[in-house]
Amino acid sequence: MIIIITLGKKEGSVKRADGRAFDELRPIKIEAGVLERADGSAYLEFGGNKVLVAVYGPREFHIRRFQKPDQAVVRCRYNMAPFSVDDRKRPGPDRRSVEISKITSEALAPAVFLEKYPRSTIDVFIEVLEAEGGTRCAGITAASVAMADAGIPMRDMVVACAAGKADDNVVLDLSEKEDKEGQADLPVAVMPRTGEITLIQMDGNLSSEEFEKALDLALEGCKKISEIQKDALKTRYGE
Amino acid sequence: MITVKDKDLVVPGEVLADEEYNSGRGTFREENKICSSVVGLVALRNKKISVIPLQSKYIPKRGDVVIGEITDIRFSMWGLDINSPYSGLLPASEVFGKEKRELERAFVIGDVLFLRVIDVDEVKKVKLGLKGRGLGKFRGGILINITPTKVPRLIGKKGSMINMIKDQTKCEIVVGQNGVVWVKGQPEMERVTEKVIKMIEEQAHTSGLTDRVRDMLMELVNGNSDNQKEDEDNLNENKDIKTSID
Repeated sequence: MIIIITLGKKEGSVKRADGRAFDELRPIKIEAGVLERADGSAYLEFGGNKVLVAVYGPREFHIRRFQKPDQAVVRCRYNMAPFSVDDRKRPGPDRRSVEISKITSEALAPAVFLEKYPRSTIDVFIEVLEAEGGTRCAGITAASVAMADAGIPMRDMVVACAAGKADDNVVLDLSEKEDKEGQADLPVAVMPRTGEITLIQMDGNLSSEEFEKALDLALEGCKKISEIQKDALKTRYGE
Repeated sequence: MITVKDKDLVVPGEVLADEEYNSGRGTFREENKICSSVVGLVALRNKKISVIPLQSKYIPKRGDVVIGEITDIRFSMWGLDINSPYSGLLPASEVFGKEKRELERAFVIGDVLFLRVIDVDEVKKVKLGLKGRGLGKFRGGILINITPTKVPRLIGKKGSMINMIKDQTKCEIVVGQNGVVWVKGQPEMERVTEKVIKMIEEQAHTSGLTDRVRDMLMELVNGNSDNQKEDEDNLNENKDIKTSID
């Protein structure tokens, strides 16, 4: 008699290090309008991530050479607090945070009606208070809530979520451990109504089938987060 | 087909209706659907659907009356902060006519003016003017900033809300369409007015606001005088005690 041992490789029964199913998100909490001085703000908790976002603007752009005569410019600063990771992070911008700042502003800009505010700037400040994998996605998700809170006209709320491959399984929303020890990471930002993707990055290796699967998984995750974003805004101004 | 009701709270990107409706302010049309572009309340008028934003920046429009503070003096014009992404320009000719005079003689940095927007061009250069009834420089008083979309609520139907506040507090109040409010009166009444205006801003989207404002005014205006009386009474009592000790 032959006994086949599957070792839990069957899809659906895959258990991850933190006990989540392969398509399960970490718990999310979003609060809009937490800062008094900023035009718009949001606080987001996403698993072990804690992110605070402040938005100012549209406001006068003082750096003349960066102004655009026919539209507004979205500027973004992603910053990690020194105490956001286990080993103290040296404060100040580094290569990674400069990259994330750039891709965040490029992920948010397509959603905004920039042409309504020529020569002005919209400033987005993302502060990562605590990091546990997937901070860029958390930053984008929170930033678009903060922008809506600031009253900036937008086509849709951008929402971001990552998928990837860890322990040879394609999974949704990588935790820090899965991100570091896994085989691939695929953050995706999307405007859920039209399905337009405004950010997609990948590090690691995925076969084309795995990529398709990961992308579908990430888009599904985005849809779920999108509902939480909308609820956050509605509770801020709701009854 | 319509998916929302009047006065519903909507968020950016929410689908409001199909193409048979007309797209108004705060909405946009995309692939025969009308969607909201801001966080705000739905306003339905016949077949026109619009969204009143809960928060916004002032975008200058020709003909608006605004309150601005002088921040810059240039060769032949003043630069003003008008609580907007765009600064306003007041040409010297608007004040002096053809005469050539020093600009600092008329207005200095920090002066608060009540102005009219004469023209806004395609790159949002805002030209301001001082010609018209009631326009000019303010002396004294305090400034309060509110969200420009809430200005109509603060004024009320035919000025009902603002007149009620004026009557109760005996303050002079001027509201600019850019969301800047100038208030002058007794210092304690100025503070009461500020509180009331902030309350209106916070609760602008709720109904029955006028009644609540009336109640609040009654309490603050009359309550204040009561407190004063009490204070005076206390003082008198203290005096009495003192005299008795003596």
